[in-house]
Amino acid sequence: MNQWRFEVFSKDGFVDVFGAEAAEDIKELGIDSVGEVHFSKVFLIEADIDEAFASRIANELLCDSVSQECFPGRKESRASESVIIEVHLKSGVTDPVAESVVTAIKDMGKDVDVVRTARKYELVGHVTDEQCELITRRALANDCIEDVIYGSDAEPPSAHTSPYELKINKIEITTLDDDGLAALSGKMDMFLDVIEMRCIQEYYRSIGCEPTDIELEMIAQTWSEHCVHKTLKSSVDFDFDGEKIHFDNLLKETVFKATQDLDKDWCISVFVDDAGIVEFDDDMAVCFKVETHNHPSALDPYGGAATGIGGVIRDPMGTGLGAKPIANTDIFCFGEPDMKLEDVPKGVLHPRRVMKGVVAGVRDYGNRMGIPTINGALYFDERYMANPLVFCGNIGVLDRKKCFSKPEVGNLIMVVGGRTGRDGIHGATFSSGAMTHEHEDIFSHAVQIGNPIVEKKMLDTLLQARERGLYEAIGDCGAGGLSSQVGELTEKFGAEVELKDIPLKYDGLNYTEIWISEAQERMVVAVRPEKLDEISELFASEDVEATVIGTITNDKKLKLSYDGELVGELDMQFLHHGLPKYSRQAKWTTPKLSEPTIAEKSSYDDDLMKILSQFNVASKEWVIRQYDHEVQGGSVIKPLTGVDNDGPGDASVIRPKFDSDRGVAVACGMNPVYGDLDPYWMALSGIDEAVRNIVCVGGRPDRIAILDNFCWGDCKKPETLGALVRTSQACYDGAMGFQTPFISGKDSLNNEFINEDGTAVSIPHTLLISAMSIVDDVNKCVTMDVKAAGNLLFVVGKTKNELGGSHYYKIAGELGANVPKVDIAVAAETAKRLHQAITAGLAASCHDCSEGGLAVALAEMAFAGGLGIEADLRGLPVSGDCVRVDTQLFSESNSRYVVEVEPGNYDAFAKLMLDMPFGQIGEVVLGKKLIVKDGAGNSVIDSDTAVLKSVWQEPLSL
Amino acid sequence: MANIRAIVLRAAGINCDLETEHALEVAGAAADRVHINRIIETPLMLDEYQIMVFPGGFSYGDDVAAGRILANQIVHHLSDVLRKFIDDGKLALGICNGFQVLVKMGILPDVAGDGKLDSSSVSIVDNDCGQFQDRWVYLQPGTDRCVFITPGKRIYLPMAHGEGKVVMKDTDTLEKIKDNGHVAFRYVDADGNTGGFPVNPNGSTDHIAGLVDSTGRVMGLMPHPERFIQRTQHPRWTRHDETLEADGVSIFKNAVGYLQG
Repeated sequence: MNQWRFEVFSKDGFVDVFGAEAAEDIKELGIDSVGEVHFSKVFLIEADIDEAFASRIANELLCDSVSQECFPGRKESRASESVIIEVHLKSGVTDPVAESVVTAIKDMGKDVDVVRTARKYELVGHVTDEQCELITRRALANDCIEDVIYGSDAEPPSAHTSPYELKINKIEITTLDDDGLAALSGKMDMFLDVIEMRCIQEYYRSIGCEPTDIELEMIAQTWSEHCVHKTLKSSVDFDFDGEKIHFDNLLKETVFKATQDLDKDWCISVFVDDAGIVEFDDDMAVCFKVETHNHPSALDPYGGAATGIGGVIRDPMGTGLGAKPIANTDIFCFGEPDMKLEDVPKGVLHPRRVMKGVVAGVRDYGNRMGIPTINGALYFDERYMANPLVFCGNIGVLDRKKCFSKPEVGNLIMVVGGRTGRDGIHGATFSSGAMTHEHEDIFSHAVQIGNPIVEKKMLDTLLQARERGLYEAIGDCGAGGLSSQVGELTEKFGAEVELKDIPLKYDGLNYTEIWISEAQERMVVAVRPEKLDEISELFASEDVEATVIGTITNDKKLKLSYDGELVGELDMQFLHHGLPKYSRQAKWTTPKLSEPTIAEKSSYDDDLMKILSQFNVASKEWVIRQYDHEVQGGSVIKPLTGVDNDGPGDASVIRPKFDSDRGVAVACGMNPVYGDLDPYWMALSGIDEAVRNIVCVGGRPDRIAILDNFCWGDCKKPETLGALVRTSQACYDGAMGFQTPFISGKDSLNNEFINEDGTAVSIPHTLLISAMSIVDDVNKCVTMDVKAAGNLLFVVGKTKNELGGSHYYKIAGELGANVPKVDIAVAAETAKRLHQAITAGLAASCHDCSEGGLAVALAEMAFAGGLGIEADLRGLPVSGDCVRVDTQLFSESNSRYVVEVEPGNYDAFAKLMLDMPFGQIGEVVLGKKLIVKDGAGNSVIDSDTAVLKSVWQEPLSL
Repeated sequence: MANIRAIVLRAAGINCDLETEHALEVAGAAADRVHINRIIETPLMLDEYQIMVFPGGFSYGDDVAAGRILANQIVHHLSDVLRKFIDDGKLALGICNGFQVLVKMGILPDVAGDGKLDSSSVSIVDNDCGQFQDRWVYLQPGTDRCVFITPGKRIYLPMAHGEGKVVMKDTDTLEKIKDNGHVAFRYVDADGNTGGFPVNPNGSTDHIAGLVDSTGRVMGLMPHPERFIQRTQHPRWTRHDETLEADGVSIFKNAVGYLQG
């Protein structure tokens, strides 16, 4: 066996992109002594090959002879003063590049044993040891998944692991007292409380034995907050400003109930499968799921976000008999990116690094899967610093006749796709607890590493297997891995599984690790024995692994063996229904808030510019451009729109079928800061915003399906749970009022960070509403950019004295009290009328008023259209208490739209809006000025739209 | 009229095969998507086809470098049949990742003009901006001897890639590429002028967006013609009337028209 080492780097005269990026990141850390950074890719190859073949590998495969050089062995530094930092993946961490190199060398005619890759950075200049540590930790490496070696002499970690020998591990539980049970839960990272542990103890007492470790792990996983949502399903005694309200099951009596009460015939499958399914047309259905991947993204932003999107893509793939993914969405919440480094607590990554890593992770996985990322949002608040939120969504399409799985007794259980490794162990239980400054060290194994091409190959092959009817049921391995998925798929029957048959990435995993691993890119299918040959052949023909690991039985038991020896046995009934029911206390006391006193001014140009440059309002083009939003060829309304392709679109529209003009519109709504005032109105504002966005582009208001994602703090605290109850109540009222059923949802609780001194920081109460609707004819879609000078501008919907939580108050350092409310009946009727106007072709453009209010909406429409706007507040429909100019300009009242109408369509439009609150506020003009006049005819805004656009674009152009 | 058949290559990570198949069908060809393993098993199947398209995507994850692993696979298993395919007077088109594959195999740009694989003259590397970019670009034809191109007709297409910067080993190679008409398209602005980012979105040498071989029948380009075959795919279609033409179709129609004679 020979070992070969190659270093590949850019030739002189060619840009060293990664070196330059590292140099920039180091500068951002405030270290000026490092000049250039030279980057090299390192390849370590162990194979029985001679020097001539090794050099062929280097020159033909590893190195681009036009732009790169390859150095065999270790290249010494040429600089007089420099530091060398080499970053290697930890043993067992997935290395997709290495896997591809093995395949490619096989194509060249040789088999190799091991390939590993690493990154080498040569920092030119003087760097102290302390700075070196900081650079490594903060910019170059992530010690969750990577090992770092310094200098040229150190050896990288060994790639070899030793094989596993079976040793069954029984754990004594029946004799323990409460303290013992709590200690056991803690020791095994089960995140279960004493009541739950007692329940497990009772079960084992009743069957007269002690559990094995695999049984306890499986119970902990199945009962985790992440998998079973016990908080939202618990019974709640709610004290709302002294009024007592009782819920037997919070979720069933709010979010679920709305869907049940609405009972829409276009809903095919809701809240039961991995994604909610609704009708698309006579033949096709469309499904949607949004997940969070918060805790992993906090530890490893790139890997956590990548596997977040990779995981949610598998939800539609595992829905019904398998859907084809057609669109991704992503919504992120971060700390503000300009935060000072010294303000970032121990154990927490800087928000800017988190943001860059998360965006890159979603980009690299989503783009490689060939799924367009069409909708998203970014939200910044310092309380997200230690607990960033990463929402990833996926929409899929499937045949209406294939919307339900039907596993059968006697079916073979197959695992397909990727291999099982030690990655992601304890992900489900870990994400159910709070983060601490030590999490970074303790839970590094909970981070999962993705390989999108394995998932793409698996998808390509599964879709063919689905078309040929080769399996009866399908599910994805997400949180909880095989344990969770096989458990779910066979819950009503029973199953026997041979753990030694599960293909592994490397030796050394014990039977429990195999079973609970959350390694990515794996799915489970149930196959009739007579179809085994055909499905195996299909998977082999596209180089995708598919392995029989067990059988569906009918004894309602899950039996796990390793090499023929029973290592675990659990009763399905106990596993899935043995979890004790909770009752919790919740309390909401309406906070006593007051409105600030802000002096009126004669000009609001500065305020408008300040608001436009807030991170939450500013252009997200830096992110959007990094995502392929057009792959699959269905793009109709893109996330960026307007004369320069850079205006902020309200929602995106895609056309899933090449031969049909029917489309799907996708949007979202979220405004966590309103939750500081009243979570009830925060939730209704979110629903209203999602509906507005859909309606603005031409989506049907009567076909909107919505999804809820709750991200909350510690719900054992009655006040925190109280906010969640208020939100749930609003979800019910909103869904009923807008006639928009919830079709799927997910919650992520315990998003708190415990500092070294024991203090807790909770995220703001965060509800994301995602929305999807149908567009009957995409040719009638509308964008938000103004189209032609001379067209008239109308505002539909009433502007009220609702500056609470607004950006206008934020730039003044105030929160206020008057949170925007929603008159649901009026809002729903407004949406309906606007849709009629759009379908009739009466709207040249349409944009909703949201963050920053009317002034921001007008500015965005003007600069996106490359034209000017002259507006007059006298035409604005307002409530009686909305008299001040600043309130009219910046109030964030819901249910408002700005609509551009050609003069020739005035009558038709006005007739449609007749009994609605609407008014003409101005017109589109030539030139590049936004002018807004108050009641007395004074210009309260008089700005150059080019200037407005540049202040809006600048903050997030990284 | 002869029935033109096109084969659209599939492989792990290729992800624009469906819309490419559709674009070929819109242009009047019959298209099949075929996995590379099937072609390696039965190379003679290529006899049935007159156009071979290497679609966009991330073949093998673009591991090591974009298109490298798939190029290596084709070089070691299919280079002879592919050469014969081209020598028979048939057409090959590489889009985005497919372009990267053709360049990294050394089929494009064929500077020596002898049809031998040469991957040491031209390559495609990371965008200067260091990031994947999805944006629309104007393309000006750089030659009138390529069967896919309508000479002189400026077109507008989306690009979406992280590694699209065309580079040469030396200025001599660049001169040959220019002098011998190997530049299929250059990035320009709406008025036809070259410029810096984002007009040239990746920093490509001489603003090159696509290359053509010495036969004029093998072309590769970074932007995606298959993503603009319908009016509503244009980023500003809501600002235009219904006469807006979908520029991407012309590439496929030209190919089919050439073969139909």
